[in-house]
Amino acid sequence: MNDRVLRVQDLSVHYKVREGGFVRSRSHLLKAVESVSFDLAAGETLGIVGESGCGKSTLARALLALIKPSRGRVLWLGEDLNKLDEEELRKRRQDLQIVFQDPLAALNPRMTVRSIIAEPLWTFFPKIARVQVDERVRGVMKMVGLLPHQVNRYPHEFSAGQCQRIGIARALILNPKLIICDEPVSALDVSIQAQIVNLLKDLQRKLNLSLVFIAHDLSVVKHISDRVMVMYLGRAMELSSRDRLYMQPLHPYTSALIKAVPVPDPKLARMASDTGLTGDMPSPLDPPAGCVFHSRCPFSVKRCEIEVPALRRMENGDWVACHRAEELDLSIGAGDAMTS
Amino acid sequence: MKEALMPLLEVKDLNVGFNTAEGEVHAVNNLNFSINAGDTLAIVGESGSGKTQSLMSVMGLLAENGHAEGQAIFKGKDLLKMSTSELNKHRGREIAMIFQDPMTSLNPYLRIDKQMIEVVMHHQGLNKSEAREHAVEMLRAVRIPDPEERIRQYPHEFSGGMRQRVMVAMGLLCEPDLLIADEPTTALDVTVQAQISHLMNALRRKSNTAIILITHDLGVVAGLCDRILVMYAGEAVECGSVEQIYYDAKHPYTQGLLASVPRLDHMASKEMHAIPGNPPSLMSLPKGCKFRDRCPKAHAACEETPPMQLDEGRHAWRCYLDESA
Repeated sequence: MNDRVLRVQDLSVHYKVREGGFVRSRSHLLKAVESVSFDLAAGETLGIVGESGCGKSTLARALLALIKPSRGRVLWLGEDLNKLDEEELRKRRQDLQIVFQDPLAALNPRMTVRSIIAEPLWTFFPKIARVQVDERVRGVMKMVGLLPHQVNRYPHEFSAGQCQRIGIARALILNPKLIICDEPVSALDVSIQAQIVNLLKDLQRKLNLSLVFIAHDLSVVKHISDRVMVMYLGRAMELSSRDRLYMQPLHPYTSALIKAVPVPDPKLARMASDTGLTGDMPSPLDPPAGCVFHSRCPFSVKRCEIEVPALRRMENGDWVACHRAEELDLSIGAGDAMTS
Repeated sequence: MKEALMPLLEVKDLNVGFNTAEGEVHAVNNLNFSINAGDTLAIVGESGSGKTQSLMSVMGLLAENGHAEGQAIFKGKDLLKMSTSELNKHRGREIAMIFQDPMTSLNPYLRIDKQMIEVVMHHQGLNKSEAREHAVEMLRAVRIPDPEERIRQYPHEFSGGMRQRVMVAMGLLCEPDLLIADEPTTALDVTVQAQISHLMNALRRKSNTAIILITHDLGVVAGLCDRILVMYAGEAVECGSVEQIYYDAKHPYTQGLLASVPRLDHMASKEMHAIPGNPPSLMSLPKGCKFRDRCPKAHAACEETPPMQLDEGRHAWRCYLDESA
């Protein structure tokens, strides 16, 4: 299909990690991202969810060609980003932007809001007239809900939520087609999170943006995603349309993530069942053989310890990497997060 | 009845301020609350609402430029009037505090056993091997596998969730009457959050420890506590039982906070509910109701500070609207 702007095929990112002291150091292969594939259409949002160490931030950087993949391809509008030379890649980068998790850390404290937001413009169009820059900066500031008369202020004069708006304005100034949001609201107060999510949704509608929205839990993602991919130890466990994923997860890990979201209702919260997960996440340096999730999975059988399940397409069009997907009924019922 | 008992901790007219180069910051203003033995109280508010500083002052842990006035009566004695050496007799043994980021509160140079055993020897007068045994028991209680082995490791050898379990174990080492937990699960992954919450709940039932949970997220405390105090811009704006707060919130700020918790059990509606605007600066607090600028129901009367209203069910709120109209 030609409306697919981004296609990711069998993407893997491996790091070499040295462990031990000077004398007996060994080098290990850390498979941060392993065989991840998906497409993204214009104007679509893909949520990527997983806990720390699942490879979601490495994936984000690989999508922008900030990290070279060890295997696989990232196709932007049909072109393999990693096959382009530096100058061509630089040009494509206008289309691809990122918003980071910690809004204060992502902004240079010594720069005014004007210079922060305008920097990408100067980088790509060094000869642009100052009036044009100012006009454009004011334009995006209005778009993200900042007051244009605040352009000469510094980041510390803004609250965390406003700083995230500055980060989004900077991402928007080059009219990108895709924005990767790496946990854009995790560092914000609950009351402000919704402001930023609504803003991103609104901008997406107006500008027909494609979004990749990365988060560590399933709650916020629900409000913005069309499809959701769940990752565990570098691998995609499930890739499903939003509504099906939350009602009828296919993978036991997805179901555990849903059950782990706390319910803001005392009666339901007391009834809520345990996630069913045992133990801690294994070290990514030494992942379990077979299915990476088998060591914590309540439904694990012998086969899961030996054979790596492929990400395969189910009849309903969703994707899952679980040997037992057909026989398990993981529908979310009463007492779990989904009730009313 | 419970009401007749003397509360374990009663905070009266607490004011906390900080002197800064730019002027006085009013972090906590006229705060009153109490907690009974064995109860769980959640203090909920955004960053800068004063939720952490109010309890730091109770623990005698304010920064150099901070000062507290008022009373914090713990078992009949005022903690705010105590000298450091007097406080040290209570801290750790009768009141313990655990923090959001376990890595900053554990000493990275010391093995876990050293950090745990010292506390027990100091406060409970046990000898070294008894103290070690007790510490291992505590690690087992927070479900750390192979506690005899792991107690000999350094903090960096534990995962984030394991470290927070060590913190919970250390907080409960001396079986305190009161445990103050400042966002104990915020820095953790969701599945680990759920584990730690279940664990704290189970331990509380076993040891009858009263817990004050500080959090910015009303989502995480629904199943964990008996009463909730909501703070905004340094003031208490609402206080009540869990049921009163979740099912019958009176203050528009509490209602807004509840509505903005992203829920899986609601349809993914078009818009998430957000509270518009930002909290006021603590340097120049507005006159009258502090929430006025962001409140959908503000009217002329709100220019005067509203008094706390109290109904017969111990549900209190600081707003002129008496019904959630």
